[in-house]
Amino acid sequence: MRGDKLLSVKNIVKTYPGVIAINNFSMDVMEGEVHALIGENGAGKSTLIKTLSGAITPDSGTIEINGKTFESMTPALSKKQGIEVIYQEFTLVPGISAAENVYLGEKTSDGIFVDIKDREKKAAELFKKLGVDIDVTRQVKYMSPAQQQLVEIAKAVSRNVKLLIMDEPTAPLTVNEVETLFRIIKDLKQKGVTIIYISHRLEELFEIADRVTVMRDGCYIDTKDISEINRQQLIAMMAGRELTESYPKRTVELGEEVLRVEHLTGNGDEDISFNLRKGEILGFAGLVGAGRTELMRVIYGANPKESGKIFVHGKEVNIKSCSQAIKEGIGLIPEDRKNQGVFLRMPIRWNIIINNLKEFSNGLFVSRSKENKVSKDYEEKLRIKTPSLEQRVGNLSGGNQQKVVIAKTLAANSNIIIFDEPTRGIDVGAKQEIYKLMNELVESGHSIIMVSSDMPELLGMSDRIVVIYEGHKTGEVEKSEFDQNYILDLASGGKEHGSK
Amino acid sequence: MEASKKSWVEIYKKYGIYILLVLVCAFFSIAAPNFLSPTNLINILRQVSMFGIVVVGVAIVMIGGGMDLSVGGQMAVVGMITGVMLCEWELPIPVAAIGAMLIGICFGLFNGIVAVKLKIMPIIVTLGTMLILQGVAYIITGGYPITGMPDDFLMLGQGYIGVIPIPVIVFAIFILFGWVVMNKTYLGRMIYALGGNKEAARLAGINVNRLTVMVYAFAGFAASIAALIMVSRTNASQPGAGSTYPFDCMTAACLGGISMAGGEGKMSGIVISVIILGILDNGLVLMGVNTNFQSVVKGIILLFAVAIDCYQGSAKKKTA
Repeated sequence: MRGDKLLSVKNIVKTYPGVIAINNFSMDVMEGEVHALIGENGAGKSTLIKTLSGAITPDSGTIEINGKTFESMTPALSKKQGIEVIYQEFTLVPGISAAENVYLGEKTSDGIFVDIKDREKKAAELFKKLGVDIDVTRQVKYMSPAQQQLVEIAKAVSRNVKLLIMDEPTAPLTVNEVETLFRIIKDLKQKGVTIIYISHRLEELFEIADRVTVMRDGCYIDTKDISEINRQQLIAMMAGRELTESYPKRTVELGEEVLRVEHLTGNGDEDISFNLRKGEILGFAGLVGAGRTELMRVIYGANPKESGKIFVHGKEVNIKSCSQAIKEGIGLIPEDRKNQGVFLRMPIRWNIIINNLKEFSNGLFVSRSKENKVSKDYEEKLRIKTPSLEQRVGNLSGGNQQKVVIAKTLAANSNIIIFDEPTRGIDVGAKQEIYKLMNELVESGHSIIMVSSDMPELLGMSDRIVVIYEGHKTGEVEKSEFDQNYILDLASGGKEHGSK
Repeated sequence: MEASKKSWVEIYKKYGIYILLVLVCAFFSIAAPNFLSPTNLINILRQVSMFGIVVVGVAIVMIGGGMDLSVGGQMAVVGMITGVMLCEWELPIPVAAIGAMLIGICFGLFNGIVAVKLKIMPIIVTLGTMLILQGVAYIITGGYPITGMPDDFLMLGQGYIGVIPIPVIVFAIFILFGWVVMNKTYLGRMIYALGGNKEAARLAGINVNRLTVMVYAFAGFAASIAALIMVSRTNASQPGAGSTYPFDCMTAACLGGISMAGGEGKMSGIVISVIILGILDNGLVLMGVNTNFQSVVKGIILLFAVAIDCYQGSAKKKTA
């Protein structure tokens, strides 16, 4: 069944300012195989796909497909070579029918008018061939994610796809729907379509993939036949990095419990319990989309909780809004800093007091003297680098913007601080600075929850790590047991202490 | 070269609207007879004050990230009901005035609550209420104006304190109030935060829904005050009053530097832009230009002013 080489990627390099996203990556994909591509968060899988689809141009390297060699792809060229990508975020037009979506942008009949009946007939045949039952006249926005995905697949198939790339196709699906998807994948394979399959769910690979390539930190690690490898070996290959980066040391005596969460359900998470002690940095590990940010938003009152209890300093609290969370001393440093953390067009001083305006006001009036004083204090304490506190936050670097967000939560007297991806988009030097600040915070009696997708950062900074997988807590690891293979195993749905 | 260009950009950004004011004044003082006479200047202020009061309300809504197209309709309905209260029910003036203000506030609350609860875009909500209220204004009397207000009531629109017309004083109070609220109070900060970035405002612990409703209620209050002045000045409740206000207000707000996206804009800009529009109306009439042409001129000036503003934006990005 497996034929000749269909795709050969050679020595691809792609750099962004300060980061190497893909580092001299090469791999071969054989015709008619299902080739799994796996790697941790940020390993470079998405960037690689984008070079294949023509969305980005690599710095160097070649892409060889159908025996032709290309320096880089453009979206049109990529489609012409028979490459189709189904992204996690579907690219369908919600307000038009499935049939229209399948043939979007294609000329299916002569003349200037679209023959909708003809398209519907063709689309219906296509779905029939795929063995699924879909009302092709229905608007896509009324369809379930699984049905939408089928429309994406039909769209790809209608274009004589040779290489179908699927990015996390099972993420939005239920168990039954996954079975249907697998049946379709096997079917396509029979018909000679080659598939690159990206998934975080390792167990699926053993069911669907022929071979698997592992990426780590933008590098090619290895390609194996799926029959000659097991889950543990895969995890070791994905994690397997040496921890070279150093993290600033701290000496903190852990104090009493400041936060306890019991059986919390809501915003996609189910039955999550954990506690946080004074002076502790509690890490939250998990794959992107596991539900960590969602959990933090529930705790912070930004999304409603369905059930469960939250205790702050031993007292049960019922947090219904962010202002209540702030009053209880909880602060959130959001993942999406620019859109949720700061007001880019406003000055630094303005941003610093926004979480706690009433304290910096006399009656109804904002006190400029209090505002200036507290901003000045935090500018010094957090070492915010700026010519003036009147500077718009949008003009600061990522690291300094992050410091403004930290100042903002501190100015609101928050002592339980949730850092969601604290160093995302921050350059290496400024990262160290943020770590130092986090240490200073816990040393001065604050407690920190740190959600991070950066494994070395989690291992280097946390006192304890809670692992979340698809909205459930799969484990809690003490510092003495820290081990990247174990945590990654838990993060991809493994059992607690199963691998030890 | 680069530095001098940048400083020009900054001067424009800061004083563009004032430069425009000076240019417009200079033009009419030469081209229009009697333009600069004290009576005419006070007349201009009196003409714009009613409109200006409404613009203050709309501007605050827009800074808060919203939009209010219904202020004209609110004015018409409040005006008609005021006429009914004073002329048909013969209620005492203070009672009617307070009633009018409460009705205006209720209209605003309605706009705000619908926008928040049903999560409909403000421009659609207020487009709907605009149509409803414009209709209701005609339904109240079957389209007839109400005339013959009590003499004491006419003071509000026609009276003077010293040489200054009372409507101008009310306008000044609104400007002062708006300026204090937006620049000095934490409420103002919250409104800027709401318009600048609603999600960030929510995460900063601001009750964004309550604040949105409050802001619309204030616009309704402003519309009701303007309605009282209008009825008093013309001694009549006209069902068609304020029908041009939705777009006039937007024109004034945009000219005054209020961002359509919210979160940006100053009271001073609003005041100047209202005065510029007033001067255009007045000056073009003095020159004997017909009203259709006035609209053309306003449109050109608006496009010109906004174009300069956008040019500044892109120039700034390049240098940064």
